[in-house]
Amino acid sequence: MLDKNGIAKRIAQEVKDGYYVNLGIGIPTLVANFVRDDIEVEFQSENGILGMGPFPFEGEEDPDLINAGKQTITALPGASYFDSAMSFGMIRGQHVDLTILGAMEVAENGDIANWKIPGKMVKGMGGAMDLVASAENIIVAMMHTNRAGESKLLKKCSLPLTGVGCVTKIVTNLAVIEVTQKGFKLLERAPGVSVEEIQNATEGTLIIDGEIPEMKL
Amino acid sequence: MINKTVQNVTEALEGVHDGMTFMLGGFGLSGIPENAISELVRLNLKKLTCISNNAGVDDFGLGLLLQKKQIDKMISSYVGENAEFERQMLSGELEVELTPQGTLAAKCQAAQQGFPAIYTPAGYGTEVAMGKETREFNGKMYVLEEAYKADFAFVKAWKGDKAGNLIFKGTARNFNPVMCGAATITVAEVEELVEPGELDPNQIHIPGIFVQRIFQGKDYEKRIEQRTVRQKESL
Repeated sequence: MLDKNGIAKRIAQEVKDGYYVNLGIGIPTLVANFVRDDIEVEFQSENGILGMGPFPFEGEEDPDLINAGKQTITALPGASYFDSAMSFGMIRGQHVDLTILGAMEVAENGDIANWKIPGKMVKGMGGAMDLVASAENIIVAMMHTNRAGESKLLKKCSLPLTGVGCVTKIVTNLAVIEVTQKGFKLLERAPGVSVEEIQNATEGTLIIDGEIPEMKL
Repeated sequence: MINKTVQNVTEALEGVHDGMTFMLGGFGLSGIPENAISELVRLNLKKLTCISNNAGVDDFGLGLLLQKKQIDKMISSYVGENAEFERQMLSGELEVELTPQGTLAAKCQAAQQGFPAIYTPAGYGTEVAMGKETREFNGKMYVLEEAYKADFAFVKAWKGDKAGNLIFKGTARNFNPVMCGAATITVAEVEELVEPGELDPNQIHIPGIFVQRIFQGKDYEKRIEQRTVRQKESL
């Protein structure tokens, strides 16, 4: 079974040379730490930067330089700044190659819910609805089950949707799963996790086709 | 040169009154019009509608207006950092219209550029699209979103000249440029106000035509919401 860093490490393998990548808040942010250093990738943050670098050294924080999680960051050589309309122009215009974000629920048809628990958590969708409505390559990073132990991979989302039929891949602490027209297709198992354990933690239709290899990390 | 300079924040906010709709630039606490917000608190205007990506934190930014119950309605994309906001929203004291971030930017920009509405794929199939016109283009569904209407836009820039030309810094740019000219009156506050000719016309982000009033801001706190650093590795 993977921890959050393990999930990020596995997702980092999906990041290819020449990609512009948007990372959501939470586990997705960690992905940047594991991208191979022999490929060229630029990270976009939707508040207005391409070419986002690591956190600044202490004493070098700049209030005019933050990411979408409002954390202080740095800009790498070749970076650019832009306004919010242009930022979402990049996203809506499908110029961003890969979007990685967290979720509360994903349905077997690719629907995603990650912005609202009615009556409880109402923080807003931020840029998530724009991202999932436009991106062609969306990977969800999340734990396979919620704190109550219930599956987050469902036949149908129970929470208000963020987007419909948009998720292409899911990486959890248990598995790598592709969203297909017939349901969740199991691609890889996390180290030490059996197909049966994944099946038991998945409420939606899980397609198991032949031998399922263990992830290589 | 058409001079847009006003002497101070009081002059800059002349004409504001209860019940108005304001746009306020900024993302989190970065690039917010601190001087205009302080003046709105001082004036104690009520029944305001505020269009702003976020709602500040409990004791800074728009949170200061929320504390004094000056805002009746917020239009934002993300409000997670403000406990008082969440309390007022869940209790029904505050009306909240949550809007996808890119749609928020587009609705401001549409107002700036004279489009009555735009089509966006964001929110299609979700509760955000409920009651709104939808339409298919090239096999994909889009939601019709109308341009915002606002009385004042309050923006913050790094540098500006007396003609109202603006240059922003880093990610403090965010929503500020798209709100310029999107309201009846745009008020720009700047960290550094210079004479015409001192800014390179090649580097201007927003031409002065979109700005009605500009003033030299003061006492910027520029608070950091999430201070994240890395340690210098010892060699």
